[in-house]
Amino acid sequence: MIKKFDKKDEESGSGSNPFQHLEKSAVLQEARIFNETPINPRRCLHILTKIIYLLNQGEHFGTTEATEAFFAMTRLFQSNDQTLRRMCYLTIKEMANISEDVIIVTSSLTKDMTGKEDVYRGPAIRALCRITDTTMLQAIERYMKQAIVDKVPSFILLVYCPMSHCWQSFLFICIQHMVKMSYDVVKRWVNEAQEAASSDNIMVQYHALGLLYHLRKNDRLAVTKMLNKFTKSGLKSPFAYCMLIRIASKLLDETEGGHDSPLFDFIESCLRNKNEMVVYEAASAIVHMPNCTARELAPAVSVLQLFCSSPKAALRYAAVRTLNKVAMKHPSAVTACNLDLENLITDSNRSIATLAITTLLKTGSESSVDRLMKQISSFVSEISDEFKVVVVQAISALCQKYPRKHSVMMNFLSNMLRDDGGFEYKRAIVDCIISIIEENPESKETGLAHLCEFIEDCEHTVLATKILHLLGKEGPRTPQPSKYIRFIFNRVVLESEAVRAAAVSALAKFGAQNDDLLPSVLVLMQRCMMDSDDEVRDRATFYMNVLQQKQKALNAAYIFNGLSVSIPGLEKSLHQYTLEPTEKPFDMKTVPLATTPITEQKTEIAPVATSKLPEKLAPSRQDIYQEQLAAIPDFQGLGPLFKSSEPVQLTEAETEYVVRCVKHTFARHMVFQFDCTNTLNDQLLQKVVVQMEPSESYEVIHHIPAPSLPYSQPGSCYTLVRLPDDDPTAGRNTMGCTMKYLVRDCDPNTGEPDDDGYDDEYVLEDLEVTVADHIQKVLKPNFGAAWEEVGDEFEKEETFALASVRTLDEAVGNIISFLGMQPCERSDKVPENKNSHVLFLAGVFRGGHDVLVRARLALADGVTMQVTVRSGEETVVDVILASVG
Amino acid sequence: MGQANIWTYSGFFSSLFSGLFGTREMRILILGLDGAGKTTILYRLQVGEVVTTIPTIGFNVETVTYKNLKFQVWDLGGQTSIRPYWRCYYSNTDAVIYVVDSNDRDRMGISKSELVAMLEEEELKKAILVVFANKQDMDQAMTPAEVANSLGLPALKDRKWQIFKTSATKGTGLDEAMECTELHVHV
Repeated sequence: MIKKFDKKDEESGSGSNPFQHLEKSAVLQEARIFNETPINPRRCLHILTKIIYLLNQGEHFGTTEATEAFFAMTRLFQSNDQTLRRMCYLTIKEMANISEDVIIVTSSLTKDMTGKEDVYRGPAIRALCRITDTTMLQAIERYMKQAIVDKVPSFILLVYCPMSHCWQSFLFICIQHMVKMSYDVVKRWVNEAQEAASSDNIMVQYHALGLLYHLRKNDRLAVTKMLNKFTKSGLKSPFAYCMLIRIASKLLDETEGGHDSPLFDFIESCLRNKNEMVVYEAASAIVHMPNCTARELAPAVSVLQLFCSSPKAALRYAAVRTLNKVAMKHPSAVTACNLDLENLITDSNRSIATLAITTLLKTGSESSVDRLMKQISSFVSEISDEFKVVVVQAISALCQKYPRKHSVMMNFLSNMLRDDGGFEYKRAIVDCIISIIEENPESKETGLAHLCEFIEDCEHTVLATKILHLLGKEGPRTPQPSKYIRFIFNRVVLESEAVRAAAVSALAKFGAQNDDLLPSVLVLMQRCMMDSDDEVRDRATFYMNVLQQKQKALNAAYIFNGLSVSIPGLEKSLHQYTLEPTEKPFDMKTVPLATTPITEQKTEIAPVATSKLPEKLAPSRQDIYQEQLAAIPDFQGLGPLFKSSEPVQLTEAETEYVVRCVKHTFARHMVFQFDCTNTLNDQLLQKVVVQMEPSESYEVIHHIPAPSLPYSQPGSCYTLVRLPDDDPTAGRNTMGCTMKYLVRDCDPNTGEPDDDGYDDEYVLEDLEVTVADHIQKVLKPNFGAAWEEVGDEFEKEETFALASVRTLDEAVGNIISFLGMQPCERSDKVPENKNSHVLFLAGVFRGGHDVLVRARLALADGVTMQVTVRSGEETVVDVILASVG
Repeated sequence: MGQANIWTYSGFFSSLFSGLFGTREMRILILGLDGAGKTTILYRLQVGEVVTTIPTIGFNVETVTYKNLKFQVWDLGGQTSIRPYWRCYYSNTDAVIYVVDSNDRDRMGISKSELVAMLEEEELKKAILVVFANKQDMDQAMTPAEVANSLGLPALKDRKWQIFKTSATKGTGLDEAMECTELHVHV
């Protein structure tokens, strides 16, 4: 009967994944046979596999059912079938967090780990560590200690059974896992670990070192001591050496120690180690160090060069991969290996060949690009996606270096785009094409054409929507916008909801920008309004109505440039609005702005991010401040918080009192929040205020003291200042600050203060308010439209000479940081070899007034700058110009 | 041994012998309060030696061979926190060995209430009860009869039970107890 069942199972799974259509409830039902005696190990094994498979597929198990299955599983401990027992260990580890009362297997695991069966010992310890909590740690401590110094009893076993010496290493891994839970208990095992560090077994030594480091890693001095000890005495295990090198280079990095430090000498000495792995680790550590001089680099690079011609593929791979990574940082050093890399191009291992070619692409001259690209296209179809991404990244880097080569690259990329490949690969290509388009205006049309072709047959929603967004942004500004319409509307007909919605938004942008296309777009919109999806219909209806108005300002505000408010802020404001019945319409200006505007496009391909986006928008720093300030009664009635600055230090580091200030800007006021810390353990400060002396136009209204400031407990006091309404000089101010307080001396040991105190004061550094404090960055994806929307009613223009600035890049950087506004249309990037440039900046002035700046820069002896400012409010324009002058 | 033999035999064979699998392993649970000596008894039975034990967190399960018969013996931890889990292991049990520390007069009441609660479980309706009055090597030990009375054994209805005086550390009484158990379980 049982046999028949098994057979059927196997047959149905032949040729495909036998676990494909598992039902959780059916599997749990099957798990009841765990309760039967005698046990059928083979069947139970199969069922456990199913359970683990389901768990790993992300199937959700309720606590009750998981616990039930877990307890049924514990009955399998009666069987001595080795495979089954080890499957039990796996199940325990998988279910440790979802089942209750998993400690029930503690004794059984303890027995297995102290038993004679070496196949059980390692996995039993690992399973035990997963189910152990702090309260139980004490109980098993003795066994752990014993296990660390265990001398494997039988020499023959050691030789014949590789597991028997590995299991001790498992132990260290588990202990490191437990260190996270109970540092104190594990700390007592240091002596045992020290002993194990001088073990003859290389794996044991390695893990012992790992544990010792783990226990000390927060104490830099102890780590240094440990390093000194081991670098002097030497180690047997090459793995331990590699770890020492890593610890040393981390320490060097943290301490920013010079390269004359003994740690660097140690790493360099490892280049002469007998073991290739150690040599490689040392070389890799050196080339990855920041600020390495050519002389320090040379020995490391020559070692890697040597490895490039090693008969071992792993070494060649490691060497070329490392060279590839640092090719952009140290091009001259890597160029020295060019000859060896050329030889690797034809390496039979495609991964090595790919890395060699991409390295050469990064360091090679412009003339070699064509040859290398030809070479790579001969085998690109044979390599895995992961390496294809490496190729794409190299191409992306190359395009930035040699913009003129973009047509070769674009051709190559479009071919790659047509080939098969996974999401990450396609995404890398699309990102690369987009960045080429943005860097090289003349490549725009070809690039867009390739992308259009791609979305005709693209299964990745994310990429399709991204490309549609780009088409909406760039397409209307090309000489022939009409040719993109077909591609976009095809999406509306053929794709899923998300893509259809994105297509509708893109269409709207064409209609808004191109008057002659508007009638056709309106017809298409009308069709979209009949879509079966709510979001698509809503968007179509909304755009339809906006477009029919035929007003530039409306188009700019609602089609080109979206909302720039903080989403949690909007939610809160709307909620507040619904709570208080009022006749007034909702005012968008009362909503706080998003503090981190979305960057236009990242130019580099970020390393493939696998982490999922957080599901809920975390409140920003400013939302937190907003709540804190709203809790103080004196600050109610100031309106919503407009902007909070980064903290400014008003004291030197390591003085008696540490004070930093955060500037909070409101529509007509500023609140200065002073975060003070008292670092004297024999003083208690009370009634702490910071007295401010602003120059004329600012008016100090109110001080809110920090009632008491005991030793090392930070506290905050506030000063409220009113800003002038229509004073063009309001943008800048310098204020003297003095901290005043009542001192009560106290006993440093008990903290008990004296009965009476005395007044004292402490002079702080001056605090600057700059124009950037009044302005919030806002991204206008279509600056031209926004410029028209604001209009020229309050436009003002002035010309300045920036004498101290030597390059356009520097000038652009200075202006952006001075005004604290968002550069638009990628105008923060100055093209090479140009003598003039136009910078577009957008922002919102406190009170919710849009402000736009156009700065024309010309390079002669210094930089001449013509600034044009537009805003809906005259004072704002004046404030900006006054602050620049 | 001077105990009265009060096994009742009616309906006994049918419950333990299912004709098809004549030589199925017997399943025995060892239960009792913490520190009663359950784990020591288990290993004494299995390897014939006294092993050092620590409080059992969870359970130990071993196959014990006695006179060519195999018993699958489950020793469940006796700490207060572990006792609630006993019931997860009740099903298909042929015999329960209930171990009592004969010197622990203070906790005899707790031991009784745990025993009574256990015997009420449906899944154990057909299991034989064998009580070990353990630690008889100590001077102050209660006699088996005293233990039986403190546990309220004579008042049990519909239950086959037997009490033995044992000392797991000395190894006395275990053989007799096992022999008797085996005899009555298997015949």
